Amino acid sequence: MTGFLTLLYKELLRFWKVGFQTVFAPMVSTLLYLLIFSHVLEEHVQAYPGVAYTVFLVPGLVMMAMLQNAFANSSSSLIQSKITGNLIFILLSPLSYREIFFAYVTASVVRGLAVGLGVYLITLTFFDVPLSSFPWVLMFALMGSALLGAIGVIAGIWAEKFDQLAAFQNFVILPLTFLSGVFYTIPSLPPFWQGLSHLNPFFYMIDGFRYGFFRASDISPYVSLGIVATCFVAVSWLTLQMLKRGYKIRH
Amino acid sequence: MIPAIEVEQMHKRYGALRVLAGIDLKIEPGEFFALLGPNGAGKTTLINIMAGLTRATSGRARVMGYDVVSRYRQARRMLGVVPQELVFDPFFTVRETLILQSGYYGLKNNGAWIEEIIHHLDLADKADTNMRALSGGMKRRVLVAQALVHKPPVIVLDEPTAGVDVELRQGLWRFIKQLNREGHTIVLTTHYLEEAEALCSRVAMMKQGNVVALDSIRNLVGSVPGCSVRLRLSPDTLPPALQPLMSSREEGCYILALAEYSQLEQVMAALRKAALHVLEMQVLQPDLEEVFIRIMGTHKIRKPEILPV
Repeated sequence: MTGFLTLLYKELLRFWKVGFQTVFAPMVSTLLYLLIFSHVLEEHVQAYPGVAYTVFLVPGLVMMAMLQNAFANSSSSLIQSKITGNLIFILLSPLSYREIFFAYVTASVVRGLAVGLGVYLITLTFFDVPLSSFPWVLMFALMGSALLGAIGVIAGIWAEKFDQLAAFQNFVILPLTFLSGVFYTIPSLPPFWQGLSHLNPFFYMIDGFRYGFFRASDISPYVSLGIVATCFVAVSWLTLQMLKRGYKIRH
Repeated sequence: MIPAIEVEQMHKRYGALRVLAGIDLKIEPGEFFALLGPNGAGKTTLINIMAGLTRATSGRARVMGYDVVSRYRQARRMLGVVPQELVFDPFFTVRETLILQSGYYGLKNNGAWIEEIIHHLDLADKADTNMRALSGGMKRRVLVAQALVHKPPVIVLDEPTAGVDVELRQGLWRFIKQLNREGHTIVLTTHYLEEAEALCSRVAMMKQGNVVALDSIRNLVGSVPGCSVRLRLSPDTLPPALQPLMSSREEGCYILALAEYSQLEQVMAALRKAALHVLEMQVLQPDLEEVFIRIMGTHKIRKPEILPV
């Protein structure tokens, strides 16, 4: 247990030491999204009856910030360690592949929650965003961050250069988050895009998370939770296999 | 007694490239052992397999009796590796680096030992300095400290003195020798053969993925027959009879290579006959470097390093 806790502590310390970049900067950029989109679209869009667009936007943006930062944490930590070579300190130690996996994913979850909580608390000072079911909110926050933390581990192990990781981030993670219904509801889309959106696992995370705030969602939160949990189990299994085999890290 | 390190029929290929071609090696506890060989001989690959950083294509390796694959947790607790490259984590100070490394091995309350290594490796002044701010030599010391943080019975140093100044090199060896006296098994690779000769009891010479010599330094040096003679003459000309023996000329001296000591008599006779005055004469015994050059030169390993896959 000490080995796992030490690696977790190291991963937390790593992002906390550069907290301006890893926690506060994403909070600011998320709040800028809120400011701009709410100003432009407040008059034109109403997602749920009786819910102002800005208020509708908050949970989606919070979730998006959590997902992006959970991914960024594990992936950037791993690729930096790989490229600078200090991953060797972990590889030489008796840490098991499971301990390595859980330490990286847990640190990602912590950073995701820190950013998400920060954004939410700041928005609360401007808008009244109801939190009607804390358990749902927490469950989706944890599952979503953990899933993206695990995907980050895969990306960090797979990428050999920073630009490969940037490609993964810009061509996979970013489109999936932007097209997941953060800024709109899926029923407002043409049928083709609706169908496509249902293939995007990020949609279920946003939709379920939002249910915890408004008790309203495009589909049942139970279905969403089931899909997100299934994705997490599948991705975790794949990540554990990669770590166990030493894919790209033990040659 | 369980060997400190035991390697059996170790093969490693990267695609068509054969890096290790069936290594067998046994290192006893308490030995001070050197792995020698030119770049690309497979020394680092062999070390990496012992450390679990690289997976063997076939064969087995054990550290203190623990298989490095099936019982990797125990094997890694027994082993401390100082890697060849100067790697460090720029987020942390020296002390943080050591505390974290100790934690990875599951050790709590290891502070006293950490302070002791910091002291022994002269890192006390820099203990709270960020790793980024250290000089190359200091970073090397931290790597040594990291390898020792869990008090491993077997310590492997992969070219620890490459690019390190004399003072640090001596300090480092003093500390390593002390660890060896306390019972730690030491395995090192180095390009400085005089270092291996001064420190080690036994060496393995590797070439193209094979162990081509494995013996004590005394036996290896003893296996080279003859000696060489260094002469400064007046007038400065070598008699024709001695020309075939000349191996090189340096700083106004002739170096003659003799197959046997008895040839010294012929040399003296030829010099007398030519009425030459000997200004300086030295009989040089073969050293490890000479053994190394001979073994590396004579062992023509079957040529194709690239195999068809």
